[in-house]
Amino acid sequence: MVTCKQFLQELNAYLEDTVDPETKKHWQEHVDACPNCFVIVDTTKKTLQVYKGVEPQTLPEDVRSRLWQALEKKMAAKKQPQA
Amino acid sequence: MTSTTSVPAGFDESALVTQAKAGDQNAFAELVNRYERKIYRLAKNITRNDEDAEDVLQDAFLKAYTHLDNFKGDSKFYTWLVRIAVNEALMRLRKRKTDRSVPLDEPVELGEETVQREIAVWEDNPEQQYSQEEWRRILDEAVDSLKPDFRTVFVLRDIEELSTEETAETLGISVPAVKSRLLRARLALRETLTRQFKRKGENLLGYL
Repeated sequence: MVTCKQFLQELNAYLEDTVDPETKKHWQEHVDACPNCFVIVDTTKKTLQVYKGVEPQTLPEDVRSRLWQALEKKMAAKKQPQA
Repeated sequence: MTSTTSVPAGFDESALVTQAKAGDQNAFAELVNRYERKIYRLAKNITRNDEDAEDVLQDAFLKAYTHLDNFKGDSKFYTWLVRIAVNEALMRLRKRKTDRSVPLDEPVELGEETVQREIAVWEDNPEQQYSQEEWRRILDEAVDSLKPDFRTVFVLRDIEELSTEETAETLGISVPAVKSRLLRARLALRETLTRQFKRKGENLLGYL
């Protein structure tokens, strides 16, 4: 019998499907029989989904322009080696 | 310049990198264009500080430019860049928290009470309940609430999508440490978000 604690310790392997079919079967039996773990699996999947869907924030224009100033300075220095 | 977040991974990239290594500054500039937003997000996610994030952004690209010869092409360019940025970010994070230090390979106990506190199904499509800014703020604050060691692993694995091995190597910790921290991070986030998004009213379990 797989306990909740044992199952939750292996939750990532379960979600990422990185276990052998036999083990997976035992875990699946636990999830099917245990409403709590069923909900945890479901909401953990949703948690990962919401973060996957987030686009990177816009880079603030002033931050971006200072980055490019620094890069251009560096590149200019490289363009004229030992004068 | 247009931002290019939707460029297919790997598209044209090895040619660009080769050109940049040969001294083509436009090619390097294109690489910067391609990844500046993602590196800024990464820096912000790890340092949680605007000033530090800007420094990390600049130093990461300047270092990448200076040390481009060290990039041997045995990983993706982005992974290499992420490593540089993470190291810069961790350095600043350590500087800021001089008050305490957490041993890097500290084992993580998975206490049962920490994961079973909030068990409820979510509203359908919770993102539709919020404005875009509000939605982003909720997700950011949840990540913010993680301890730095857990947060960093979560950011690299689940936001930047590095592999377990790449994450371990980048952070200089063991693969089991990455795994246990990722588990803790995911469960903690799940709990935080569940408090926010859980279905209100009767039928809390939703499946009955």
